[in-house]
Amino acid sequence: MADTPLVNVTIDGMSVGVPPGTPIIEAAKRAGVLIPHYCYHPSLPSPAVCRMCLVEVEKQPKLAPACVTSVAEGQVVHVNSPKAKAARQGVLEFLLINHPLDCPICDQAGECELQDYVFQEGRSGTRYDEYAKRYNPVEDFGPDILYVPNRCILCTRCVRFMDDVAKAPVLNVSERGDRAFIGIDDSQLLDHPWAGNVVDLCPVGSLLSKDFLHKARAWDLDKTASICPGCTQGCNINIDTRDDVVVRIRPRPNLEVNRHFICDVGRSDYRWLNRGDRIETPLVRQGDRLVASDWDPALDHVAALLETLPGTAVLLASGRAGTESLGLVKRMLGARELVAAVKVFLGEEAPLAGVPNLALRRERIPNLRGAEMLGYTAEWRRALAALPEAGVIVVLDADLDADEMAMLERAPGALVWLGTVLSDAWRRAEAVLPITNMAEENGTYVNRDGRMQRYQQAKGPVGMARPAWWVAGEVLLGRGPDAGAPATGDEAFALLGEYWPAFAGPTYADLGFTGRELATAPAGVGA
Amino acid sequence: MGYPHPSHPRETVVLSKHFGDPAARTFQGWVQRGGYQAIRKALEMGREPLIELVKQSGLRGRGGAGFPTGLKWSFMPKDDGKPHYLVCNADESEPGTFKDREIMRWTPHQLIEGCLIEAFAIRAERVYIFVRGEFTEIFPILEAALQEAYAGNAAGPNIFGSGVNIDIVVHRGAGAYICGEETAMLNALEGKRGNPRIKPPFPAQAGAFGMPTTVNNVETLAAVPHIVNNGAEWYKGLALGNPKSTGTKLFSVCGHVQRPGNYEVTMGFPMKDLIHDLAGGMRPGRTLKAVIPGGSSVPILTAEEAEACLMDYESIAEKGSMLGSGGMIVMDDTTDIVKTIWRYTKFYAHESCAQCTQCREGTSWTARVLERIIMGQGRTSDLDLLLDLSEQMTGKTICVLSDSCAAPVVSGIRKFRGEFEAYLSGSRAPALQVV
Repeated sequence: MADTPLVNVTIDGMSVGVPPGTPIIEAAKRAGVLIPHYCYHPSLPSPAVCRMCLVEVEKQPKLAPACVTSVAEGQVVHVNSPKAKAARQGVLEFLLINHPLDCPICDQAGECELQDYVFQEGRSGTRYDEYAKRYNPVEDFGPDILYVPNRCILCTRCVRFMDDVAKAPVLNVSERGDRAFIGIDDSQLLDHPWAGNVVDLCPVGSLLSKDFLHKARAWDLDKTASICPGCTQGCNINIDTRDDVVVRIRPRPNLEVNRHFICDVGRSDYRWLNRGDRIETPLVRQGDRLVASDWDPALDHVAALLETLPGTAVLLASGRAGTESLGLVKRMLGARELVAAVKVFLGEEAPLAGVPNLALRRERIPNLRGAEMLGYTAEWRRALAALPEAGVIVVLDADLDADEMAMLERAPGALVWLGTVLSDAWRRAEAVLPITNMAEENGTYVNRDGRMQRYQQAKGPVGMARPAWWVAGEVLLGRGPDAGAPATGDEAFALLGEYWPAFAGPTYADLGFTGRELATAPAGVGA
Repeated sequence: MGYPHPSHPRETVVLSKHFGDPAARTFQGWVQRGGYQAIRKALEMGREPLIELVKQSGLRGRGGAGFPTGLKWSFMPKDDGKPHYLVCNADESEPGTFKDREIMRWTPHQLIEGCLIEAFAIRAERVYIFVRGEFTEIFPILEAALQEAYAGNAAGPNIFGSGVNIDIVVHRGAGAYICGEETAMLNALEGKRGNPRIKPPFPAQAGAFGMPTTVNNVETLAAVPHIVNNGAEWYKGLALGNPKSTGTKLFSVCGHVQRPGNYEVTMGFPMKDLIHDLAGGMRPGRTLKAVIPGGSSVPILTAEEAEACLMDYESIAEKGSMLGSGGMIVMDDTTDIVKTIWRYTKFYAHESCAQCTQCREGTSWTARVLERIIMGQGRTSDLDLLLDLSEQMTGKTICVLSDSCAAPVVSGIRKFRGEFEAYLSGSRAPALQVV
């Protein structure tokens, strides 16, 4: 990039240098000017059909579509000139004449680009007052997608996504003129594993998720930057919550990992984050009973157990646990001989054909790579086989089936259970410690390409639940303000770096919102 | 010979010389009438001199835009190693235009020869003739002519032993006006929805199937053999008015004239004579009111403007309209201008490809407003509304369909405002229904 000379343009008085070939609309973003648009999307080919991004380019007789006009040296662009504004106002008026004013019952309201731009610079009244608006009934496009043709502005983002990104061309523009609508191949459903993205791409409320239908208003949602816990791809997501309940998962742009997309599996698998059958207090064994306890006695109990119990240890962990938790819990078990494993659920791989290196991966856990870097094995059977000989067994929120529960029941070693939800298996546990799930804590995952990415706390913890890294830190370093146990995710991450040099160096701030690839140099190379 | 009327003595028949003569349709018949000499001559001339010849002749695109043909050919890359295509635009669908249909009906070999010459010039080994889907009579004529051309070694591999291969394929459109727009035509040819493409890239860089392509109108191509046979000077000499408009042009005269039909005259011929003499003038007792000179997409001319106008690109542009495709719609004093314009906008609303917002929504809105004016429900603000909509629809879209819808509205209101106001004030009786 350093070799290519930049092209200098002035956009609404702001000078900016951009690489040659950059469309004006992207150059404007660099200059801090948002050019209103509908059909343009940075991850789709530009058809220049909405005509919303028309801008005035000096020395050009006609307004130019900013999405398909490349910058030229010395170009002077006016986005907010009277001429450009009048054109936008015209487009908005045309888009509205057949658009129902049903924002009060439309899911898109509050995050609708038509609403936003009309509010920003549209006409205050309509001149199309005596005609009925175009009407077409709602269509069921597929398992999770409804099409409301009346709201459609024919930007064709959905058609282009299916054609050019998913490479499953099932959508089309049917009919002509103002009768046009988005059609679907009669013999097909919109059931591609990545089809849900059309709902996000739709700038208005025309393509809706049935799952989210009438569930919440956009302005009532809190959005938290997170990482999809669905597979080793590590797609960046936003977790949308209302009143501490996760109601929707949407992709968060990261050009290096998932561009602007997530798969339908990741999108739909969020209900476990809201489970009601949660462990709310620590439980400590007293004779043949498990008794609710405060944190301090429970932590003391576990610390004492680990100190005194002989023999090897088995650590059965969930692959959804963050790197900090996996690391510190393993460290908590000290120097004894240990088999630590993460349970890897497998599924079908479902690539998104138009984006290189983006797929719903076979390994359906987010932190396999992180676990492996910390010395966990994916050979779950090996860990299970070691159970009968183990003196200490720690379960870190692993999702166990009936057979595994029975094996655990038969194993003689002392059982310490760090978990989120209730389970039969802890009848014989020495201690049960309530931990937070990934939506309730700060942490990191390492994706399959070695990219370390942060997920952030999206909702409050349930009951007394604490992050597993907090529990392990307290056991490891002791309690009290002077003990130095990590109180924040950032501190837990720093502590992790002390134990595993591979993680040393960056802080949470360095990772930012899009993460960074860890140095993958083999040991011995470099400092 | 003419069709359906005998040639008028003031016509200059070049392209239409054999109209009405079924014998000219056959390969043998065409050869006897001097056909397939030009392609042999062109093959001997070589490509560059050929393109230069067409440039010198001043031939301009007859489909509507009037772009210099030789210049267009010269945009095709040389030695790029890619397949080149020639697409003949035979999707004649501009309301008021019916000249290409007659060329193909009577002289298919004239078109084929033109295609061969241009294909050779631009290094295309494949020619697509994109025929309007509704031309059910034309399609078999072209197919039969093509078979004969192949049999006579005029098309196919190694034409006339020259080592040049040129395949010609006739492709039928599916019935959309917009496919007459060259990039929409390329999409349709590729089996896609007929939506105009964004330019650049222009077809000469990336046209049919992404390869360098030139699109030319039937009449343009039909003129090429005559230029090759008779030379650039001869063709240039056919201009009466402006030297930038050369050769002959077929004008499809329709509407309120006594002898509607195709008339081939030299560029610069007076419109007045074309209407009143060649086309037989108005019906008895009627007077000329308005003329749309170049197909429904161009601004309307008043009778005074029309009668003072010469038929060439520059003169018509001077009067504020365009020569367009040469489809002249003549209207006498019985014409209701408002209804006429409404009918055109209805057509554009129907044919809009629905890509660009202004066109998709604006064309129908315009038609609706005109409809309510005619029904006596118009408002005084409606003319301003129409002009404002037209402004939004002009120069802002991918292709010029919405501009074409706006042009008659704007010129109609400007030149015949009284008729609109008569509806608005109630002094003209409203229509009970519009059809």
